[in-house]
Amino acid sequence: MNENTDIIIVEQLTKKFGNFTAVDHISFRVHRGEIFGFLGANGAGKTTAMKILCGLSLPTSGGGTVNGYDLCREQEKIKRHIGYMSQKFSLYADLKVWENIRLFGGIYGLSGKRIRQKSDEMLRYLNMTDLRDELVGDLPLGWKQKLAFSIALIHEPAIVFLDEPTGGVDPETRRLFWDLICETAEAGTTIFVTTHYMDEAEYCDRVSIMVDGVIADLDTPAALKQRHQAADMDAVFRKLAYQAKRE
Amino acid sequence: MGAIEVDEVSKRYGTCQALERVSLDIRAGEIYGLIGPDGAGKTSLFRILVTLLLPDSGHARVEGLDVVKDFMAIRRRIGYMPGRFSLYQDLTVAENLDFFATMFGTTVADNYENIREIYSQIEPFRDRRAGKLSGGMKQKLALCCALVHRPTVLFLDEPTTGVDAVSRKEFWNMLYRIREAGVTILVSTPYMDEASLCDRISLIQQGHIIETGTPAAIVAQYPHRLFGVSGHPAYPLLKYLRRRNDLLRCFSFGSEHHVAVAPGTIAPDELQTQIRAAGFSDATVHEIEPNIEDCFMELAKKERQKA
Amino acid sequence: MKEFLSFIKKEFRHIFRDRRTILIVLVMPIVQIILFGFAVSTEVHDARVDVVGDLADPSVRQTVARIDQNPYLHVTAVLGSVAEVAERFRAGKSDVAVCFERNFDERLRHYDKAFIRILGDGSDPNTAQMIVNYVNGVLSTVQSELSASEGTQTASFPHVQYMYNPAVRSSYNFVPGVMGLILMLVCSMMTAISIVREKESGTLELLLVSPIRPVGVIVSKAIPYLALSLINLVTILLLARFVLGVPLRGSLFLLAVMSVLFILASLGIGLLISVVSATQKTALLISGMGLTMPTMIFSGIIFPCESMPVILQYVSDIIPAKWYIIMVKKIMIEGVGFSYIYPEFIILLVMTLFLLVVSVRLFKRRL
Repeated sequence: MNENTDIIIVEQLTKKFGNFTAVDHISFRVHRGEIFGFLGANGAGKTTAMKILCGLSLPTSGGGTVNGYDLCREQEKIKRHIGYMSQKFSLYADLKVWENIRLFGGIYGLSGKRIRQKSDEMLRYLNMTDLRDELVGDLPLGWKQKLAFSIALIHEPAIVFLDEPTGGVDPETRRLFWDLICETAEAGTTIFVTTHYMDEAEYCDRVSIMVDGVIADLDTPAALKQRHQAADMDAVFRKLAYQAKRE
Repeated sequence: MGAIEVDEVSKRYGTCQALERVSLDIRAGEIYGLIGPDGAGKTSLFRILVTLLLPDSGHARVEGLDVVKDFMAIRRRIGYMPGRFSLYQDLTVAENLDFFATMFGTTVADNYENIREIYSQIEPFRDRRAGKLSGGMKQKLALCCALVHRPTVLFLDEPTTGVDAVSRKEFWNMLYRIREAGVTILVSTPYMDEASLCDRISLIQQGHIIETGTPAAIVAQYPHRLFGVSGHPAYPLLKYLRRRNDLLRCFSFGSEHHVAVAPGTIAPDELQTQIRAAGFSDATVHEIEPNIEDCFMELAKKERQKA
Repeated sequence: MKEFLSFIKKEFRHIFRDRRTILIVLVMPIVQIILFGFAVSTEVHDARVDVVGDLADPSVRQTVARIDQNPYLHVTAVLGSVAEVAERFRAGKSDVAVCFERNFDERLRHYDKAFIRILGDGSDPNTAQMIVNYVNGVLSTVQSELSASEGTQTASFPHVQYMYNPAVRSSYNFVPGVMGLILMLVCSMMTAISIVREKESGTLELLLVSPIRPVGVIVSKAIPYLALSLINLVTILLLARFVLGVPLRGSLFLLAVMSVLFILASLGIGLLISVVSATQKTALLISGMGLTMPTMIFSGIIFPCESMPVILQYVSDIIPAKWYIIMVKKIMIEGVGFSYIYPEFIILLVMTLFLLVVSVRLFKRRL
């Protein structure tokens, strides 16, 4: 094990619900600073695995570490040291922009001074300084997502989990959002991302594809395309996901 | 007479203009795509057409019937699949289907032929509760429920959102089968790659229709030359391309960056040489056909400049 | 017709597959009856009585003995003077004091008139009132005994008797109240929630675009809850009769008819709630805070309406449960026939028609 180069180390991770095995002995590593794409068909076990990695659910067997913290014993520490953003829950629509920043800054234990400093920095970076007093609910979807992403990074976590961050966004905003992801990765933060857009899989350094609770393949997009003799990631995904047996 | 005619329809919620003078003319028996991101007004238009919502102004007709005056007659002949999964999760597959058949005054047995293709795929799970189905199967069940009374017009509001790539492909194959039976299909989607699967499409952004036509015609109208640029490392390459001011627009499309250039300014091999000289030694540049997503971004930008 | 049957079948499936809800709906009346019947009874047991007076006086002795014999009262101390009473109340050692006049027996015989003062600890007025009533009851019995034995007409004590509830049993009051509350809750809340749930899940959208008429949706939603309410009604009546011993003196048929009318009114309220709420949470809040609380307060289950400020009495008049509860009391406890309750019946009927018409009109054919 090398916790200096690998931020996520998972060994034989398994989660069962009754007699249904949602996640079936998966093992993989995520390197520090990479953009890691976590793909899978609906019902392949993606969400379940992600919940365990975020410290929201305990594995039935197996285990591992996230940023050096144990998945079974140090869930609270994991939660404090990761960032998380999902399309479903991100920000409070009925709070203003700065109120959301202050709230999440407070949740992660930042001092008042640090929150003010971070919030100025963030709004300047996002070009949203004029919008600090707007209600988040009134912002266009693209802005909301960028803000949610930046807030997920407010406590400067070593890794951030993005659960389908770009669903339903217009094509240009979607790409601008990925620019933000790439910038963040360049600055050293590890990105763990799920998506249904196969072109986005190409932007990842490495991609894993889950089928029926196991990782069917894991490699760089280029290597995956070559191995499965596919023109793009969409074709790779379809080839692997068609092997799915369970319903 | 078109199967669905929309004439200058507007709809406003408070200060939000959901639809502004939208007009469409959809022919009988075609698959018509309404392509646009979330919040573009797709769902509002669907709800007006399935008689759930009244337009503020303008008129719309479905098979010649007015959506305001003849709403009961319309309800009898359309099938509708709302945006999110809207079946009873605590009822089984068969119970859901029976229920919706009865609500439309028919039975599953009478229309079995109509849905056999799709239903046969989920029939092995007929006694499973709908809430316990996988995403793809839920979608098939919802489609069965929308088809069980033999509608002549089918409205599918974002049927593939949140559905994985494999199920999406299967779903489109089902739509082609349904079209063969002469059913008119209006489908909305935020996935630009699905646009090319439709017979004709309208691109919609912030309540405005920004373009209408066959996918091929829309692509043919793209005003620039488009180059596909690939090379490593990808993101710094994108930043390099954006810094150059002889290129109009640069966006990444999977493993490639799409670069728009004004015709007659720079050739692909010329650009390739320059990029390689800038330190991206494995970079390649070749001319490509734009896709609907390129067109959408171009048209959306024009629309913004107008506003 | 087939559509209706299929729809109703579907509603029953929803109900029976949600085990927790069905359990709550069926067990709630039982728990409420037991709770009100035993735990939150407003009856007083074993009230402690202090006596101020001369026990050597034969009439005093007889009266005190009678007080002590009463199952609800027992004599704890004999005090020398009225001044000691306050201290006993403060120390929480006694609940009521009965003070006899000096030379009680003599005054009674010679003047046909003697005074007794009853001092209650008024810090808890309801309990004090209750205990004083008990003491009064005993005193009037003693008085009539004395009169009979002496052959004189003594006029010293007030004479109060509760005709229909001689033991002043609180169950006579709360059983009708609980009936009103439960029927209201099940019908309004459950109907509202079941419709709003379809709003939330999006299935209402599909129902609206189908040719079924809104009235069809409403009727099909109502019937299962009507059935559940009738089961509840039977449960409550059985428990009231056989566990709490509350009589059903009037006609069961009349009671059933009035209950169905009230259930329809509750369904109307439920529909109104479903029209105005977008989420199940809102529906729950509105029916919880907006229905249950006022029903509890204004329908006379806990506080008698007569002792409320006039304005609040007017407010209580618009609560359907109030009229239903009045009718139930009259039918069950007094055993009267229709001719005695028709004013309340007319009021409830008008309310029901109004609620149903308004809610059906408001129930939209579109979103």
